[in-house]
Amino acid sequence: MLRFLTRRILFGLLVLWIIATAVFFLFYIAGPGDPARLFAGRQATEETVAAVRRQLGLDRPLYEQYWDYLTGLFHWPPDLGTSFINQEPVLNTIIHRLPVSISIALGAAVLWLLIGIPIGILAATRPRSVADRSATVIALAGLSMPTFVLGMLLFNFFFYQLTKAGYPIFPANGYVPLLENPFQWARHLLLAWLTLALVFAATYSRLTRGSLLEVLGEDYIRTARSKGLAERTVVFRHGLRSALTPIVTLFGLDLGALLGGTIVTEKIFGLPGLGALAVQSVFTQDLPVIMGTVLVAAFFVVVANIVVDMTYALLDPRVRLT
Amino acid sequence: MSSSIDAFAAEPMQSPAEDEAQHTVQGRSPVRLAWERLKRDRMAIISLFVIAGLFLFAFAGAPILEAITGHDPNTQYRETGLTEDGLPVGPNSEFWLGTDDLGRDLLVRIAYGARVSLLIGVVVTLFALVIGTVIGIIAGYYGGKTDTFISRVIDVMLGFPFLVTAIAFVAIFQPSAWITALVILLFVWAPVARIVRGQVLSLREREFIEAGHSLGANDTRIMFVDVLPNLVGPVIVYGTLLIPQVIVLESTLSFLGLGVVPPAATLGQILGDVQNHSLYTVAPWMLYFPMLVLLLTTLAFNLLGDGLRDAFDPGSERTMAK
Repeated sequence: MLRFLTRRILFGLLVLWIIATAVFFLFYIAGPGDPARLFAGRQATEETVAAVRRQLGLDRPLYEQYWDYLTGLFHWPPDLGTSFINQEPVLNTIIHRLPVSISIALGAAVLWLLIGIPIGILAATRPRSVADRSATVIALAGLSMPTFVLGMLLFNFFFYQLTKAGYPIFPANGYVPLLENPFQWARHLLLAWLTLALVFAATYSRLTRGSLLEVLGEDYIRTARSKGLAERTVVFRHGLRSALTPIVTLFGLDLGALLGGTIVTEKIFGLPGLGALAVQSVFTQDLPVIMGTVLVAAFFVVVANIVVDMTYALLDPRVRLT
Repeated sequence: MSSSIDAFAAEPMQSPAEDEAQHTVQGRSPVRLAWERLKRDRMAIISLFVIAGLFLFAFAGAPILEAITGHDPNTQYRETGLTEDGLPVGPNSEFWLGTDDLGRDLLVRIAYGARVSLLIGVVVTLFALVIGTVIGIIAGYYGGKTDTFISRVIDVMLGFPFLVTAIAFVAIFQPSAWITALVILLFVWAPVARIVRGQVLSLREREFIEAGHSLGANDTRIMFVDVLPNLVGPVIVYGTLLIPQVIVLESTLSFLGLGVVPPAATLGQILGDVQNHSLYTVAPWMLYFPMLVLLLTTLAFNLLGDGLRDAFDPGSERTMAK
């Protein structure tokens, strides 16, 4: 177990290192402009730009800068550089926005599991029924629905139409911290949760159905049935446990990807998370912030991968980690 | 318990049906067989017609509509296309689907936008299939270290959060249709390669490969003359399902203002305008019409892909469920 974990963490670090390196060199070599000029601003004179370049250490050889950037990442707290726009440490900006993205991702995840898995179980235990057919059609429609389209539809009906009709139940934008006011927190996030949850629930119901249907055809399920266990016990205790493995995999990867920022959802519902930060920093050409958001997003994905692999062993006794 | 009987009855149906089909229509190619089955799938055939209609609308229809209405997609008709307050006008006899916020003809723009989406969807998918298939065959056929290396690269690619990385790329190279297509391609070949690799892993153990070896065929010949034709089914199915994914990615990037650059129209970008300029209630036609075309496209491809999967793999669950 420990050896497995060490190897996975080392591989994860390798992935992060590849990403950091790729991002660094792409930006500093192929990037659209001179970082010093970007930092100094458009009106700056040549002397100012030169001074900024010296101050930021951009006049030093590239490998030295690269080394500094890399070692900075391994400090505690990690040094992700300084924003060109507001001269704030990138890490502070990211930490400031992290709760928003985490709130969105976790809330949506709870909802889509609550919607997707029961529908999948229902469909799998009654194959060919009307419920199964409807679930299949709805899931396919959900899969064809781009997140931004569903988000815009929800925003249109639940914000614009309701507000126009005199029921301003949902706000247009903004975020309220959970600890400040839990009700307002949920009120500001509900539409974003629904958007992501409905899109993801489609995949999860399909996956649950397929996986459970397969498991229910296995010999040990026949054994469980023939020793007279209740159907409920057979489906939930025996079937669902091994049917859950692919779902856990997908869930870990999806959650990992969402924690790094839900770009589209944050944009539509005006939520100031990491995704919104990434888009905004592209438009302002704020290179250190872009690099920081990419690395943080990749970090979540890498961690999610490791956690998923470890959960395997807990759920499926056949899997041995070596 | 009816559910247990269903699950039981569903199991042993698949192989006899397949044997029978092969027995009666002996001598036809798998593609031919699949086509025979597809013709009986009503949803798939309807989808095929819808897709044909969309291509007709986007490629032949766009210039025809331009000629009939006399409206260029990028010309701003400030006199007739905007109200006195400078707001877009709704559908009328001159502008059949209304105008956008700059007084451009929405119908003509949607037609040209659908063209961009379909073009990127099909071309990127074709490239992804070629690259993914070649890499997947190499990994699956050679196995060993080659396979380990390629599989790790695929893992890394699948580990990237798509939107954040795409955004970083756009930030470096400036948005354009080319960058959009390339960034999407960078991500979507990996799952193709993974699927193909899995297929090849089992194919290479089959007798006809051994026969190829004993006849003295070299690796390249076996890979591309013997193995490749056996991959046609899964590749066609996956390709059909990949097209709507690519279209969603393209329109999402365009929606964020990071895809195809204005004034060229895309469906995502028209919807992005609605979001950015809060035109939800001012010009609902700008919301609903592009959305409808986009959803019709993704749904039709997904339904066709589903039908194709059943047609190529008659043992799969949906056919059984009939």
